[in-house]
Amino acid sequence: MRNLGLSLEKDDIVQLKEAYKWIIHPQLAEELGVPADGKSLFEVSVVFAHPETDEECRFLATTCPDCFKPAKNKQSVFTRMAVIKALEKIKEEDFLKHFPCPPSSPKNLCDALEIQCNNGAVFVAGRYNKYSRNLPQTPWIIDGERKLESSVEELISEHLMAEFKADSFNFSSSGREDVDVRTLGNGRPFAIELVNPRRIHFTAEEMKRLQQAINNSSDKIQVRDLQLVTREAIGRMKEGEEEKTKTYSALIWTDKAIQREDIALLDDIKELKLDQKTPLRVLHRRPLAVRCRIIHTMSSEYIDEHHFRLHLKTQAGTYIKEFVHGDFGRTKPNIGSLLNRTADILELDVESVDVDWPPTLDN
Amino acid sequence: MEAPAAGPGGAERYFTRWYKPDVKGRPCEDFCVLQHSNRICVITLAEAHPLLQSGKTIKSINYQISANCSRLQNKVSGKSKRGAQFLTELAPLCRISSSDGEEYTIYSCIRGRLIEVNENILSNPTLLQEKPSTEGYIAVVLPKFEESKSVTQGLLTQKEYEEVLLKRRNSSS
Repeated sequence: MRNLGLSLEKDDIVQLKEAYKWIIHPQLAEELGVPADGKSLFEVSVVFAHPETDEECRFLATTCPDCFKPAKNKQSVFTRMAVIKALEKIKEEDFLKHFPCPPSSPKNLCDALEIQCNNGAVFVAGRYNKYSRNLPQTPWIIDGERKLESSVEELISEHLMAEFKADSFNFSSSGREDVDVRTLGNGRPFAIELVNPRRIHFTAEEMKRLQQAINNSSDKIQVRDLQLVTREAIGRMKEGEEEKTKTYSALIWTDKAIQREDIALLDDIKELKLDQKTPLRVLHRRPLAVRCRIIHTMSSEYIDEHHFRLHLKTQAGTYIKEFVHGDFGRTKPNIGSLLNRTADILELDVESVDVDWPPTLDN
Repeated sequence: MEAPAAGPGGAERYFTRWYKPDVKGRPCEDFCVLQHSNRICVITLAEAHPLLQSGKTIKSINYQISANCSRLQNKVSGKSKRGAQFLTELAPLCRISSSDGEEYTIYSCIRGRLIEVNENILSNPTLLQEKPSTEGYIAVVLPKFEESKSVTQGLLTQKEYEEVLLKRRNSSS
């Protein structure tokens, strides 16, 4: 091309799939009587096969053998990354020896192998309360056997899947709680991605009714502020997981007797810095690390000589149970060390998750 | 409202206790392995161990078990705990000497990767004697996934250990 005095930029070369779309969009639009929109939520993918093209890059294996190392996970050695690397390495003269420029015209037509239609995902957000102390957030299945019936995500998603007629869902939330912990107050923000939904238009009224249907179906969970949101909005929720505070209420037992004065000191402690090693109960599946977390405020309620209730406001990511029982001294300080006793947690409730998303609706 | 099932220290509720008595033939040098339902094991001294008897003062605790190996240098990374020192049942974890001149070696008792040793007992040895089953633990070990059930085969259950203790008491009286 240089010999012809022409200079080409990368963007001057039309990608094959762009050219295909330029041709096919108007044809489809006419045939179906609807406008073709490259950014539509309804996506049609066509897979083509052209063995001649697949063979094209083979010569690179002889010129740059070290770029193409077989790895156990890859079907073919000629991955996109490997080919790009080889093309960057190869000298222009060597390239021209093996491959003409411009390339020669293909001898065969390509074959359309399959056509797939997909609806773009829609997102439903809300906040959930959890009233059961026997409900996992996600299904608890070990060796194909379900250990506990149902889960927060199934109880919420079941109805949504049916109404939106989706193939599958992805549930995420702003943090999560253990099986035996309740979520009270305004609840915890969650978002559900509904994959390949066949129905996506719902009025606010219809969403309200959907929320009511979910709430009527179970007393273990309740949802509020159920609404459609965009993919970008999910970021607000995940931000909440790492940055926003949470408040809890814990029922604590102590071995040695306590009087009201003994626990009063907890009320005065502000911004308590904790060093928490990865708790033993999750250490089998998480890396060993020490995390520094802050307990912002505490407020105690005396019950009897061996029990009191503690309200705490903490930084996101604080392990509350470990703060109470100390986890073999691996969370320092802990309630035991602060009160000079052995303490244990009998019950834990999440009182609030301080994230202002999704927007509160007039429920 | 009652106290938690396993007694003090809420963490213990989820642990099963296994015992290895008279390790290496040394009388009463018993260890207790706390096995969590997630297969993580905590190595501790059993109540009968000489170091926990009244009158014993700990002089020093040393995690340097040989010229080339210090348990303090154990570094693990990632979920699979790569880089961990691998332990067999009789791998020494630390050596403890008491002020009366006695030396005791603490053994792993199970096979697995060493996750951590308790550094708190280095700065505060009395912790080992006052709370051997909780804050005075020796080490945390993660058995191989495939071995998680078989890892306790060489150990005694609480019941079996109590019989051993009974036999000891009867033979000494």
